[in-house]
Amino acid sequence: MDGLADDIWQSVRLTVELAAVTTVILLLVGTPLAWWLARSKAWWTEAIAAVIALPLVLPPTVLGFYLLVTLGPNGPGGWIAGLWGGRTLAFTFEGLVVGSVLYSMPFVVQPIRNAFAAIGDRPLEVAATLRASPRRTFWTVAVPLARPGFLTGAVLGFAHTVGEFGLVLMIGGNIPGQTKVLSVAIFDYVEASRWREANILAGGMVIFAFAVILAMTLIDKRSAAVRP
Amino acid sequence: MRLARTIQLAAAIAAWVLTTTSVPAAQTNVAVAANFTAAAKEIAAAFRAKTGHEAVLSFGSSGQFYSQITQGAPFQVLLSADDARPKKLVDDGLAVPGSNFTYAVGKLVLWSKTPNLVKGEATLKAASFAKLSIINPVAAPYGAAAVETMKSLKVYDMLKPKLVEGATVIQAYQFVETGNAELGFVALSQLTGPATGSRWLVPQELYSPIRQDAVLLKSGASNEAATGFIAFLKSPEARVIIEKYGYVLDGQS
Repeated sequence: MDGLADDIWQSVRLTVELAAVTTVILLLVGTPLAWWLARSKAWWTEAIAAVIALPLVLPPTVLGFYLLVTLGPNGPGGWIAGLWGGRTLAFTFEGLVVGSVLYSMPFVVQPIRNAFAAIGDRPLEVAATLRASPRRTFWTVAVPLARPGFLTGAVLGFAHTVGEFGLVLMIGGNIPGQTKVLSVAIFDYVEASRWREANILAGGMVIFAFAVILAMTLIDKRSAAVRP
Repeated sequence: MRLARTIQLAAAIAAWVLTTTSVPAAQTNVAVAANFTAAAKEIAAAFRAKTGHEAVLSFGSSGQFYSQITQGAPFQVLLSADDARPKKLVDDGLAVPGSNFTYAVGKLVLWSKTPNLVKGEATLKAASFAKLSIINPVAAPYGAAAVETMKSLKVYDMLKPKLVEGATVIQAYQFVETGNAELGFVALSQLTGPATGSRWLVPQELYSPIRQDAVLLKSGASNEAATGFIAFLKSPEARVIIEKYGYVLDGQS
């Protein structure tokens, strides 16, 4: 029982860490990207948007396969790992972060982009006529107005990373404390016919997912109430 | 009245047609442990050529199949990578008693894509590599055999931090194939292509024999294709294919 609890807590901690790091990175990278997508009038904007949205429709195994090759010693990942003396980014926490960022990107970028687009030109023009710099306009007008979008993006990105499975299975190598996240731990328990443990974890995941969806709905409701 | 007679006539004609045409070939779903993939495909093709029956193959880990079968997965035959799970299925009342038999004995290999990297047990003792890939030892016998080998050589505790696990033998092989792990314990049956890199056939005394058992599930007891496939697996024709793929037959070593 103690051993079981340790195993489970290790997986829970790792999963939360992975999801948190991924979400922070996605907010940092995704915000300027979403701003550009929302404001740009260039013809190739939608092409970039489509590339970002690819993980929505591709099976995780496609991404997993390409990542296994690119993270490996013969790909760019191997070169990056060489910076700190590693051979490959596969089987590492960093490798999972790379994979998760790509995989969860549409879930963060799209809500933020939609929130930015919903603001429209008018508030930004008004701010400009009041002599606010573009940067100040962004921080004092656009970001506060798009707050529900940020919240939605962060929650969805986090939850989606928690729910990752195929990708982690393919590039993770199932190392406890490094790459053995919750979804893989459940898979392991089922493979080993240890259903009690699988049940505990899977049940927890169901409760978590329910809480996320409920939170999302409540955020949506509140933001609808705030909008004029 | 006339309608009833028409129906009777139609039924009679249908019955006559059915009895005179040849019996259509049966079909069976076979769950196959991943290590046996290539051999099973060839055996299924030979089986179809000989009997006309179709064996539809699914590949995965023995542990996964065991879990699925206990939940009523629609398989009639299991070709496991171990002998424990088929026996367990008999004990669970899900398989036909006495139908489990050893169709192949698996051989474990330490393999690397790098020439001269693998030089026998010395390679494991020197441990000059970053990652060693194995199959999940809890779910797959080849993984358990790899752990047993390392324990026999007293290098397991030292190598443990370097181990990465694949969910199936195929995945463990791919970790080595893509260069993400420098070397790995795989099944000899996976290395039937042109010899590349370096390999060490692990001596049998370092691990318990990997007896791979097949079993007929109760759902296949009256399925001609399922019983036929089990019988075919014991035939000399199938045994030639099994040996060709790097397995030893039961009773030899």
